[in-house]
Amino acid sequence: MTARLQVEAATVTYRQPGRGVLTAVDGVDLRVEPGEVVGLVGESGCGKSTLARAACGLEPLAGGRILLDGEPVQRLGLRAREVRLRRIQMVFQNPYASLNPRRRVGAQIEDGRRVAAGAPAPVGELLESVGLDAAAASRYPHEFSGGQRQRVAIARAMATRPDLLIGDEPIASLDASLQARVAALMRRVALENGASLLFISHDLAVVRAIADRIAVMQSGRIVEQGPAEQVWAAPQHPYTRRLLAAIPVADGLGRLPAV
Amino acid sequence: MTAVPLRRRRAPSLPVAWRRPAALAGALVLLAWVVVALIVPLLPLEDPLRQSVGAAFQAPSAAHLFGTDQLGRDVLSRTLWGVRSSLPLAVALVAGSLVIGSVLGALAGYLGGVVDEVIMRVADLVFAFPTIILAMVVAAALGPSLVNAVIALLIVSWPNYARVMRALVLGARGQEYVIAGRLLGAGPLTSLRRDVLPNVSAPMLVLAMLDFGNQILLLAGLSFLGLGAVPPTPEWGSMVADGVVQFSSWWLATFPGLAIFSVVVAFNLIGDSLRDALDPRTAGAVQGSSI
Repeated sequence: MTARLQVEAATVTYRQPGRGVLTAVDGVDLRVEPGEVVGLVGESGCGKSTLARAACGLEPLAGGRILLDGEPVQRLGLRAREVRLRRIQMVFQNPYASLNPRRRVGAQIEDGRRVAAGAPAPVGELLESVGLDAAAASRYPHEFSGGQRQRVAIARAMATRPDLLIGDEPIASLDASLQARVAALMRRVALENGASLLFISHDLAVVRAIADRIAVMQSGRIVEQGPAEQVWAAPQHPYTRRLLAAIPVADGLGRLPAV
Repeated sequence: MTAVPLRRRRAPSLPVAWRRPAALAGALVLLAWVVVALIVPLLPLEDPLRQSVGAAFQAPSAAHLFGTDQLGRDVLSRTLWGVRSSLPLAVALVAGSLVIGSVLGALAGYLGGVVDEVIMRVADLVFAFPTIILAMVVAAALGPSLVNAVIALLIVSWPNYARVMRALVLGARGQEYVIAGRLLGAGPLTSLRRDVLPNVSAPMLVLAMLDFGNQILLLAGLSFLGLGAVPPTPEWGSMVADGVVQFSSWWLATFPGLAIFSVVVAFNLIGDSLRDALDPRTAGAVQGSSI
């Protein structure tokens, strides 16, 4: 069976003037099956966002390949995105930059509906499915809070009825109290619509709650991957153990996590 | 978290600009000139072209409030008639360079590559010469007339707009909402029109307003040099030019000069206020725009 998203030995490099070549993603293999939620965790700068952007065709590959349902994902150039690849949608990290400030959110969700494969839900229904009022469609992005904007961005992505939803640190810039809720929301709307979800975050605790499988990334490589509970309960790689040890425990003692 | 948006507030908008006294003053001055341009044939003025050599170089008096020029023509009449050539041409000039420069700059910034290189190297070519010198050369080659002066100034003015537009588009096209639009299937033109241009139009508008003063002065400069308005058309720049050679008759250059000054200041006041009103960092300082 072909995977929804298959990343094979993908390598992404950046040329840094005067400092040689930086390998952000180094021969990564990753599969996301249909209807599966995969969490990709790692610290800042480990290449997880680059990998997400590459999976969307936003970064050129220096090596390897990326397949959507067995067909290669071409780089997004100047031409309009081909119809097949519009089934990959992304929710970005910064909810203050991912919505056009000059257009009503309803119109932006409408853009998604227009390219949908099959019959898309009405804008009001999409907004309600992410926990917003249907009347919010007539408002501008600056009238919403960060968490609400992220919900709008999710509704816009889901309007296209995508097969693969990629969240590029979608909860990183939200309040701690909102992070788990938005993450759970992404899992719910993705699965309800039959999409797979690749969820990128540095927060292993949140990812564990929503992911079926977890991949741990360090310095451009995936050092460990497996079912979420297994990675959580029996981490194999020392880096994963360190990530787990860094999660604060709400035990009332006020201790900092062990390093 | 509630599902209802917490805040309702307007984005910085154009109407806010008019609440500034400076912008209002500028707008009133311009409005006054527009009214003058429309009703000047109805005013009880002398024919601006009627010469009476016997009445040359008369100082301002009750009969000729602004005096008369070397051919005995009424300076008040010529100054008021002059707005009919100076103002519309400046508007056409700024609108023309705004459109040409914006289109070329947006294409250069968005498409990049060869298109960018070609457009910006041509712009560099124009930048390499002093503006007024290049405009003179082009105007001289085309022959003296106001329309040719405008064409010459269009050729030297668009690169300013193109350069600013290119920089704005370069900054905007990496924004996440532009990328999100591309992932939704927007082609380059849709992306430019829908996501990029609306978000860079405000600074371009301010640039155009502030450029008005420049363009009026350049146009007056070309006329002053004899490359713009053809005598005996009343035009402010050429009137000033006639005046400066007659030192003893101060009124010849003063009144058309004041007319140029008033229009330039008016546009600059509007441009400054517009910039402040559209800049989110200063928008809060606008009177009455309390959030």
